[in-house]
This record gives sequence, C-alpha cells and structure tokens, in this order.
Amino acid sequence: MTSEQNAKSMSIIVTKGALDQAYPPFILATTAAAMGLDVTMFFTFYGLGLLKKNMNLKVTTLGNAAMEMPMMGGHMAMPNVLAALPGAGALTTSMMKNLIKKNGVASIEELRDLAVEAEVKIIACQMTLDLFDYKPSDLIDGPVLGGAATYIEVATKSDINLFI
Amino acid sequence: MVDEVLDAKGLNCPLPILKAKKKLNAMEQNETLEVLSTDPGAVADFEAFCRTTGNTLLESRKDGDVYAFVIQRT
Repeated sequence: MTSEQNAKSMSIIVTKGALDQAYPPFILATTAAAMGLDVTMFFTFYGLGLLKKNMNLKVTTLGNAAMEMPMMGGHMAMPNVLAALPGAGALTTSMMKNLIKKNGVASIEELRDLAVEAEVKIIACQMTLDLFDYKPSDLIDGPVLGGAATYIEVATKSDINLFI
Repeated sequence: MVDEVLDAKGLNCPLPILKAKKKLNAMEQNETLEVLSTDPGAVADFEAFCRTTGNTLLESRKDGDVYAFVIQRT
C-alpha cells in the first residue's frame, strides 16, 4: 500500500506565502504522500517564508477581488479602499483563522509537520535565501538547499509537476 | 466487527485521509479500520484513496450526519 506498489511521484513549486495561499501546496503534498506518492516541494520567493520556524502568516483582501468572507448569513467583500486601512489586514487574518478553526481545517503548522513526518522532500531556494537575507538557521530542519537545477532534475522524474 | 475505529468527525479535508493513513500504517494486513467523518467530500476521497493505494473499501455508508468508511488494509 506504499510506494513499493505505487511508484508515482509529484513535485510542487511553492511561490506564495500568504495564509490562504499556503493551503493548496501543503494539502496536496500531504495527501499525495498519504496515497503513496513520492513528493518533493520546492519553496521559492514568498513560498520560502513557509519554511520559517516562526511563520506568522497573514491574509489580505487587498487586490484580491474574489475574496468574500461569510458574514451575517451572507458573503461580504471588502473594497480595496477599506482593505488598505491600518488594521484591516489583521482583522481579515483573525477572521480567516476563526473560520479555519470553526471548519475543522488543519493549521498550516500542522500540515507542515505532517508533510515532514510523511517524508515529503523539501528544497529551499538558495537564491531566495540570499535575496531576502534569510539564514538556513531561520528555517525548520530538513530542507535541502538548492536552486533551479535541483528542482528541474526532480521534475524530469516526476509524474505530476505543479506550480502554485 | 472492525479492528480499529478512527473518529474524524468535525475534521475537514485532508485530515480524515491523513489520519486514516497514519492509522493504517500501524495496522496488520487484512485488518479493518472504520473511519467516521462529517465531511461530505470524504465520500469521493476515500474511494479515490483506496483505489490509488490498493486498500479495499469494504463499506461506505451514511448514518444521519455521519459518514462511515470501512477500509481493509492490503
């Protein structure tokens, strides 16, 4: 029932680091690993922040026209002019975190722990570390440091390659 | 009777699958696991999970608001 029988593999390029945008890559990676796939995640640009020991993720409605929050029995979007006000991002983030709890959705920390536990291979982009002045010690233990070539080698051998 | 029961009620995608997988890993071949879930998406997900992993989905039923899946480890 594990990878001996099902030798499929999947890679995901993770480029985004907001709270809401962190979900799809971690959900797909952990689920694929649970289904017996060999999974590799390549964290680059804003996605690299998802490997930090302390993530403190945020979400904003600013410039996100499709985002509506369930409110008072309906759904409400926040106009950009309000979303840009001080405190609006903190409010949206706390509303999102409440929705996550209320709906029994895992936290990103929990999903990341499950990914590590399921032996998902993690590549942290060295160029992004340099660009944003992070040290490997800012990140969780386990990532391989590498660049585009490291990822491409994995991608050439993977059945599924996703860019998120 | 099933060998193990996993109460995943109230948990949303992908937690029922991830917790079921963890439980199955610790079980012997041919043992059965019953997963209880309140996630309607779990119906299609456990079918897909079992097809892909080769485990056998012996039963998928709904009791009120609770879905029950019986999986045999292969």
